[in-house]
Amino acid sequence: MSDFLVFENITKRFGMLTAVDSVALSIQKGEFFSLLGPSGCGKTTLLRMLGGFETPDSGRIYLDGRDITDLPPNLRRVHTIFQNYALFPNMTVWDNIAFSLRVAHHPRTEIRNSVEGMLELIKMTDHAYKYPAQISGGQKQRVAIARALVDRPQVLLLDEPLAALDLKLRQHMLLELDIIHDQVGITFVYVTHDQGEAMSLSDRIAVMNLGHIEQLDPPAKIYEAPRSGFVAAFIGDTNFLGGMVTEIEGDYCKLAVDGFADILCFNDKNISAGSQIHLSIRPEKIRVTPAPPPPEKGSRINVFKCKVTDIVYQGTYTKYWVLAGSHRIAAIKPHSRFLLDQAPITWGDEVYCWWHPDDGYMLEQFTAADADLVQMPPVGYSVPKPVATPTA
Amino acid sequence: MSAPSMVWLTVFFVIPTLLVIAISFHAASPDGGIGTEWTFDTWRHISNPNYPAIIWRTLWISAATTAGCVVLALPCAFAIARMQKKWRAVMAGVIMLPFWTSFVVRVFAWRLLLHPEGFLKHLLFALGVVEPNTQLLYNSGAILLVSIYSFLPFAIMPIYAAAEKFDFSLLEAARDLGARSFLAFRKIFIPGIRRGVISATLMVFIPSVGSYVIPDLVGGKNSELVGNKIYQRTFPDRNLPHASALSALMAIGVLVPLGLVALLLKRQDSKEALRLAESNVSKQRGGAV
Repeated sequence: MSDFLVFENITKRFGMLTAVDSVALSIQKGEFFSLLGPSGCGKTTLLRMLGGFETPDSGRIYLDGRDITDLPPNLRRVHTIFQNYALFPNMTVWDNIAFSLRVAHHPRTEIRNSVEGMLELIKMTDHAYKYPAQISGGQKQRVAIARALVDRPQVLLLDEPLAALDLKLRQHMLLELDIIHDQVGITFVYVTHDQGEAMSLSDRIAVMNLGHIEQLDPPAKIYEAPRSGFVAAFIGDTNFLGGMVTEIEGDYCKLAVDGFADILCFNDKNISAGSQIHLSIRPEKIRVTPAPPPPEKGSRINVFKCKVTDIVYQGTYTKYWVLAGSHRIAAIKPHSRFLLDQAPITWGDEVYCWWHPDDGYMLEQFTAADADLVQMPPVGYSVPKPVATPTA
Repeated sequence: MSAPSMVWLTVFFVIPTLLVIAISFHAASPDGGIGTEWTFDTWRHISNPNYPAIIWRTLWISAATTAGCVVLALPCAFAIARMQKKWRAVMAGVIMLPFWTSFVVRVFAWRLLLHPEGFLKHLLFALGVVEPNTQLLYNSGAILLVSIYSFLPFAIMPIYAAAEKFDFSLLEAARDLGARSFLAFRKIFIPGIRRGVISATLMVFIPSVGSYVIPDLVGGKNSELVGNKIYQRTFPDRNLPHASALSALMAIGVLVPLGLVALLLKRQDSKEALRLAESNVSKQRGGAV
C-alpha cells in the first residue's frame, strides 16, 4: 500500500501555545483513520490544516503525491463534516447537497443524478425539499455527509460529527457511517475525543496528547498494548501500580510494588531487573470474589486480599473499588445471573482480587499526570458503614 | 403591537400626518395662515411639471444613497463581526463617533473639502483625476456623496447586528465545498443577514428622502430635493397648504416602499411558519426519523 495522505513534521503554534508539535504520520487510501485525544490535544488543529483552514508553521502535507500545504480550502479535494453540520439554512436539503457540484459548474443532468443518488444513499429522498430547520439532528448529520461526499472528494474529514446526538442516535449513526465508508471507499479522517467511537470505526487510531502522537496502531493493539501511561489511562479504564522489577523468571518477571507481595508479570518487553516500571491492569481483567481463587487456576495467579470501599452498579456489570494496602484498585464483575449466584459483595467486605500474570501490561513511559486520568471516587465520604444484612 | 405603543404612534404619528394631509386641502390665507374653506387648488398646482422632476431627483438620489450605503456597509459589518470581541466594541464606538459632532457642521465641513480651492479638489487635480475647472460642489453628485457619508452608520449598525449573529462556520463549509471567498460571501453570507440588509435599506432610504440640509448646503440651483421645496414653502413663502401637500407626497413615497417590505417579510414569516407546521405534522405521522 502506498502512502496516500502524508503529514511531514507538521508544527503549528498559536501565540505561546504549540498546538501541534512536529507530527509525522501517513494515512492509506481508503482507510478509516481516527485522531483521538482529549480536548486541546491538537487533533482539530491537525484536521483544520488538512482542510485548508489553518497553515502549518513548518512541515508539509501531501495528498496523493501532491503538496497541498498552501492550497486554499476550495482547491483541495478534501471535504469536512463540521461538528454543528454547518448546513446552509437558506437552502433546501437538495440545494445543500448540490452546492459543491453547482459551484464547480457541473451539467444540470449530472447534478440531478448525483444528488438523487446521494439522497437515496442517506434515505432522505422524501425530505429533499425541506429546509435544515425542519429536519432532525440525525437527518442533518446524514445531509452533511451526503453534501460532503457528492463530488467524491479524495478525503472526508469528520470533526466530532456525533457529538451533538443523543446516545441511541449516536450508536445508530456509528453503524451507518461504517456502512457508508464501505460503500464509497473514500479515505475518512475522523476526529473524536470518544474512544468508543474511534475503537468501533477505525482501521487505525492515532492517540494524541499535548500536540504530539502518543501511539498509532489498530484499536486492539492500542487497548491491549498501550505504549504509555497516557494511552493506557485515556483509552478505557485501568489501574496503575508503580514498582521495581526484582527478578526475571523466563518470560515472566517479578515486580515489587509497595504494599503487595511480589507481582508476577508477563515480560514481553525484556525489561531487565532493577528497572522502575508501571503496571497497567484493566478492571475487567481483575476478578473479585469473596473466597480465594480455586486451586485449579494454578499457583501463578496474583492474589490479594482487600477491602471493598465503593460499589457502582452499571447494569451489565458492577464496578468495585477495593483498598489493597494503600492502593485503590478498580475491578469489574459482569453479571451472569443477577445477584443469585452468590451472596452479594457489599461495602466493607474483605474480598480477594486476582488476575493472571498475562493480563497486566508493563509501561516504561509514565508521568504523574497519567495517573490523574484514572477515574476514582472521591476519598473521605465514600465509605459508608456496613449495613447489617439479615443472612441465614 | 402593544397598547402603549399604539397610543404613542397614534398621538405622535397618525394624527399629525392626517392633519398635514388635511391642511393640504385648504387654501393659504394672505397672512401666512390657513384658510377655512376646502379646495383642491394646491394639489392642482403641484401637478405642474416642475415638481415631478424634483420628486424624481429625490427618489433616485435616495435610492442611490441607499444602494451606496448598503454596498459599503456589507464589507465593513463583515469585517467588524469577524474581529475579537473587544475590538468589535471599539469599532462600533468609532462608527458612532461622528454623531458627537453636529450634523450641520459635518455637512458644512464637506463644503470646505469640495470647495474649488479646497483640499480634495487640489488632491484630485494633483492626481490628474479632475480638470482645473471641474465643479465638485453644488450638484447632485455632491449631494449623493455627502448623503452616503452621513447615512453610512445607519446602514452599518443593523447589518453588523445581523452579521454578529451569523454562523461563520457556514462560510468555511462553503469554502470547503469548493466556493471561492466572494461566492461564499454572496451565496451564504448575504442571504444569512437578509434581515439586517432590509433594516439598513429602510434606515437609509427614509431619512434620505426627507433630507434638506445636505441639498441646501452642497446642492446647487438645479439639484433641489423635495425637502428643500417644503422648507421654501413653509418659511420664505409662508404657504403652509403647499408645504403640506409636498409633505404628504413625501410620506406616501416613504410609506409605500415601507408597506411593501413589511408585506414581504410577513409573507416570508407565514411561509416559514407553514413549513414548520408541515414538518411537525409529518413528524407526528412518523415521517421523520
